[in-house]
Amino acid sequence: MKLWKTILAAATLSLAVATSAFAARTDLTLGIVLEPPHLDPTAGAAAAIGEITYANVFEGLTRIDDNGQVQPGLAEGWTVSDDGKVYTFKLHSGVKFHDGSAFSADDVKFSLDRARAKDSLNPQKPLFAHITDVTAVDPATVKVTLEGPQGNFLYDMGQVAAVIVGKGSAAGNKDKPIGTGPFKLDHWAKASEITLVKNPDYWGTPAALDKATFRIVPDAAAAVPALLSGDIQAFANMPAQDALAQVQSDPRFSVVIGATEGETILSINNKKPPFDKLAVRQALASAIDRNAIIAAASNGLGKPIGSHFSPGDAGYVDLTGVYPHDIAKAKAYLKEAGLENGFSATIKLPPVPYARDGGQVIQSQLKDIGVDLQIIPVEWAEWLSQVFTNKDYDLTIVSHVEPNDIDIYSRPGYYFQYDNPKFNDVIKELGTTVDKDKRVELLGEAQKILAHDVPAVYLFELPKIGVWDAKLQGMWTNWPIEADDLTKVKWSE
Amino acid sequence: MTAFLVKRLIIAALTLVLASMVVFAVMEVLPGDAARLMLGLNASADQVEVLRNQMGLNAPLVLRYLHWAGGLLSLDFGRSYTYSVPVIDLVRERVVVSLPLALIALALSTVIAIPVGVFSASRQGRTGDTLAMGAAQLGVAVPNFWFALMLIYLFAVWLRLVPAGGFPGWGAGIWTALKSLILPAVALALPQAAILGRVARSALIEVLNEDYIRTARAKGLPYRAVLWRHALRNAMIPVLTILGLQFAFLLAGTIIIENVFYLPGLGRLIFQAITQRDLIVVESIVMLLVAAVILINLLVDFSYAIVDPRLRARQ
Repeated sequence: MKLWKTILAAATLSLAVATSAFAARTDLTLGIVLEPPHLDPTAGAAAAIGEITYANVFEGLTRIDDNGQVQPGLAEGWTVSDDGKVYTFKLHSGVKFHDGSAFSADDVKFSLDRARAKDSLNPQKPLFAHITDVTAVDPATVKVTLEGPQGNFLYDMGQVAAVIVGKGSAAGNKDKPIGTGPFKLDHWAKASEITLVKNPDYWGTPAALDKATFRIVPDAAAAVPALLSGDIQAFANMPAQDALAQVQSDPRFSVVIGATEGETILSINNKKPPFDKLAVRQALASAIDRNAIIAAASNGLGKPIGSHFSPGDAGYVDLTGVYPHDIAKAKAYLKEAGLENGFSATIKLPPVPYARDGGQVIQSQLKDIGVDLQIIPVEWAEWLSQVFTNKDYDLTIVSHVEPNDIDIYSRPGYYFQYDNPKFNDVIKELGTTVDKDKRVELLGEAQKILAHDVPAVYLFELPKIGVWDAKLQGMWTNWPIEADDLTKVKWSE
Repeated sequence: MTAFLVKRLIIAALTLVLASMVVFAVMEVLPGDAARLMLGLNASADQVEVLRNQMGLNAPLVLRYLHWAGGLLSLDFGRSYTYSVPVIDLVRERVVVSLPLALIALALSTVIAIPVGVFSASRQGRTGDTLAMGAAQLGVAVPNFWFALMLIYLFAVWLRLVPAGGFPGWGAGIWTALKSLILPAVALALPQAAILGRVARSALIEVLNEDYIRTARAKGLPYRAVLWRHALRNAMIPVLTILGLQFAFLLAGTIIIENVFYLPGLGRLIFQAITQRDLIVVESIVMLLVAAVILINLLVDFSYAIVDPRLRARQ
């Protein structure tokens, strides 16, 4: 590593001398780690699909901004009926899809009906489950009827999987995405890069960039030289790992640490003995030192959490002190559970650095209270089938990146196997509550139940490590949803 | 010669059939489900079922094998589950990167290895030989991803002569495309050259101790002519064998170098397909590679006959 640093320093020095002033440019090359399997956000869960297409290629009725707030999208405004059941959206006029066809209320009806249909393959189908009817009143007005008031409906309509697709082009979106956004697909060289170009017929404020290329850089070691050589000018979330400090000390780059919606947790199989005992889960929570895990698993950048909720979101309650790191207390809990001699269990770790690195720290921390963890590394496909689908696991580490997903603990059959009627009632009430203050109160209540009941041990909020050329402006700091919204991105010179 | 050819072809065909069964069976026992991977954590079990049906994953095992193997016979390699495009299209996109890269690396490694081998063998035990073989030892020992990164820092970050990675496609111009293959080819060629050089050296040393070499020298041929014309030609058989193996490896076994240079090659396609449980892609590409390896071996066998007339006569 020493040699590396020396070479980097030498390279940086020589570059600083050689750097020449750029004229104002209108092109940008971004690095992404994973290639999307296709480009249709309504047909696949891969985060990379939304990262590239959201707000750039596809737009929804509403849109989520950098701060996680709901803004008007294709709908310029809306009214809600008094009973909270009927939303009437007024649509922008003069909007065209990239294939030239006009956007109208029919496309909205088509998109929402398609997402909630019986054979729908929308990865976020539950978002649309409460819609009972969609009516195109006139070309610029859509009426959406819900089975009851929905607290998060406008937010949900701004999510990645809720974008509006064209009636005539939806079937081909995987390969040739046709949206209404300020950028359109230029070409996709598989495994290499995806290039977007400015849409000259965009209905709203045109983008400053003429061309944006998403280049796939799967290897963390390759990311740094790609940035240093100038081949890539921005990583919305850089797999920088050890090299981050070097990039940070280089004045040519901005390093912006933001928040994501990724609650990184030690998931527990709540039905599997001995984890069905509250005292055992409390022992785990008390034995774990979050700061040590954050230092090892996220370069010390993650924010500690005490429940399943992002510190950046409205309604966050700091519950990191409910079970402070206390070995004696942890041992007392184990004794209470009749396991004062400890026990052994397994922990299945998916192939991501936060899990693999964090798992080792947790293994050594639990050893202190006599819990002997056997680490089983798994790939994502195995994790999904063994852990998530078949619930064949004791413990696992995973980051739940979906926004506002505290309700997963109330889903029947979810892999936590957690079932708490009291919690379910709070979530049920939350679902139909529109009033902001009341929602915050209920969210707080839900967080507290989880923090005390420990269906999982809450570790940290996954950071977003934004690294880009210092002259680049308008990149998102946070990831309320995983999107590289380029609509306001421009070069400062 | 004809009997030899027919025998080889029959063996090749049998190998292919056997390989197809093994590949299919291995992929089947791998845990994981392409449909669940596509739809993610929020999709219901029903949705996953719908997609599985669409992909044809719910058909009985034997039927699926026959369907796939039958397709292979008519050169239909199936459609990728994740990309939903024909597998052959994916392969075509990757081969235009992997094949030239493998060929350049192979040429480079031969051009380096043969002279080094000849040089070392002719100075066996002397300083030049020790130095050359020491360098070869180093070439084998240095991890090639590390070597690749050093090349990137030197030539891409510092000197800015070539891009740090990526492949612009042949459409961007031959020179532009070649430029992005230079560093990966060097990184791949060096360890191969080190191995090949050592093989060439030991094969040559063995040949140089043969009686006919002494005879050739005794009848007054200059040492140089004996070395390059008589000895090297006879030392080619082990060299060609290694070359064949190396070429097969370079075609798809270069995933690490492809990752470091983020090149869209065959190795990465297979790796990606395995992690996404895109079984049909993995199975079809592995079969293509099996076929390629068989073909390469066949060519190597024939090339033995070219360098060694005795083999020709025997058959």
